[in-house]
Amino acid sequence: MTLSALASDRRAVLLLGLLAVLVAAPLLGSGDYVLSILITILLQAYLGMAWNIMMGFAGQFSLGHALYVGLGAYAGGALFVHFGTPPLIGAIAGMTVSAMAGAVIGALGFRFKVTGVYFALLTIAFAEFTRILFDHWGWVNASSGLFLPVSNRASSDVWLLRGSATMFYYVILGMAVLAFLFSRSLLRRRIGYYWQAIREDQDAADALGIDVFRLKMIAVIVSAAMTSLGGLFIAFYNDNLYPESIFSMHRSIELMLGTIIGGIGTLFGPILGAAVLTVLGEGLTIAGNAIGIDGIKQIAYGVCLLAILILKPGGLWPWLRHRLGLDGGGR
Amino acid sequence: MTAQPITTPMLSVENIGKSFRGLRAVNAVSFHVPRGDIVALIGPNGAGKTTTFNLIAGALPPNEGRILLDGGDITGLGQARICRAGIGRTFQIVKPFTGLTVEENVMVGALRHDGGQVEKARAGANEILRLLELGDKASHPAQSLTLPDRKRLEVARALATRPKLLLLDEVMAGLRPVECDRMVAILTTLNRETGLTIMLIEHVMRAVMALSDHVVVLHHGEKIAEGTPAEVTRHPKVLECYLSEEHE
Repeated sequence: MTLSALASDRRAVLLLGLLAVLVAAPLLGSGDYVLSILITILLQAYLGMAWNIMMGFAGQFSLGHALYVGLGAYAGGALFVHFGTPPLIGAIAGMTVSAMAGAVIGALGFRFKVTGVYFALLTIAFAEFTRILFDHWGWVNASSGLFLPVSNRASSDVWLLRGSATMFYYVILGMAVLAFLFSRSLLRRRIGYYWQAIREDQDAADALGIDVFRLKMIAVIVSAAMTSLGGLFIAFYNDNLYPESIFSMHRSIELMLGTIIGGIGTLFGPILGAAVLTVLGEGLTIAGNAIGIDGIKQIAYGVCLLAILILKPGGLWPWLRHRLGLDGGGR
Repeated sequence: MTAQPITTPMLSVENIGKSFRGLRAVNAVSFHVPRGDIVALIGPNGAGKTTTFNLIAGALPPNEGRILLDGGDITGLGQARICRAGIGRTFQIVKPFTGLTVEENVMVGALRHDGGQVEKARAGANEILRLLELGDKASHPAQSLTLPDRKRLEVARALATRPKLLLLDEVMAGLRPVECDRMVAILTTLNRETGLTIMLIEHVMRAVMALSDHVVVLHHGEKIAEGTPAEVTRHPKVLECYLSEEHE
């Protein structure tokens, strides 16, 4: 007991240390490049944590999370472009629409007992036909893309999310911290235990009186709404939106890759995975440019992913946690 | 005693039947489980014992017949609702939540009570684990348990839901005689001290004889005999089916 208390103390110290470094990072005069890398890591971590609630906690495999990214991005972006609606209001709209889309997919899948790979196919189908829909929807400028008016980047307006990279950095840092605390709180409550029971053995969970359908619905709705907020951030950070990229299959895969590498179902896995993948990707780009062979980056990236998945199939975090002596008391 | 008249059995099974694609697994089976009793369901392999359990626990809906728990109709309600109505069950092929610890497995069962407070569920789970002599393994991953321990975990998890009726599907199978006697002692204590009604499927006759007030015998999906353990072991039809089984 004391050992796990000690581990959780050390864990808290390490997390607060990491947070302090992240908060101080822009003040330490890290350049635009480092800041953009950190933003990418935090965004991927945030999206990974959102996906992790559905897949890692409740065991429901979604391969179409780009759907919620896109809905959140377009809800916030289009309302801003057309009516000047502040992103906070756009966020509520995006979360509502995404939650509803998640509820429809969940209801179809869970009610008709579409499970595993077939459920994943269902989620892809929804993401794909929504992409095609947006590709032809005039109000959001169809396939030509939606552009957010760029204002003076020297001054930061958090209310309208128009401003410098530093402002975006603190926004996504805040979102990632909240997502982490939210996930942690969920996992330690009844709902977290119920989700894990469903993930491990749905039949046994059912026999223990758990309302499996309702809990799976909550998982998909929460995960969808959370993911849409990440989409809204992408819209305002990039200032442009194309159905082709925001709803793409590639995004759905990228979104979960960090969590798979870091450790599905763990709290810190999505963060670690996002950091490892982003740094690996950037490092290989630099190395690839230096070597001057086209496509070497993609090959090396793939080989690295394969190596990690073969050597540490449970993800990097469970292994690293063990090596750091942080086992016990939570995950 | 509760508001129910003392004559209401804890479980009444009335003429239940189940077919799988024309194969009659359970045919017009009726029996009662009196409140506070331990009743065993025995029979040769393929007699329909586990199917009967699945019908009672709601894992399968019966094609016909009625099932009453404590006087209330629970026919075809589904597993989760039947659990909430007061039936806890174990699975013949154990289904531990392998990614969770032993303690967490039992907590999942206990969380329905006390407003879902995690710490209360943890305390309750540990109490049950001590009762089943798994207390020292509370923090172990369920994956690491041996089969006899997994069987005990099944019982612990079902007990954590605070059932009125506990259905045990071959929890003695694979246990050594000493372990089997321990399980018998644990179940006897539970039954005596908490008045828990228990129905069990069992092949280990030593446990059946030691535990049961009443035995129901199934063969080819039909009830062929019932009575005290002593009565059924002398029953000609029972002897016949078990002996013919030996020859097959």
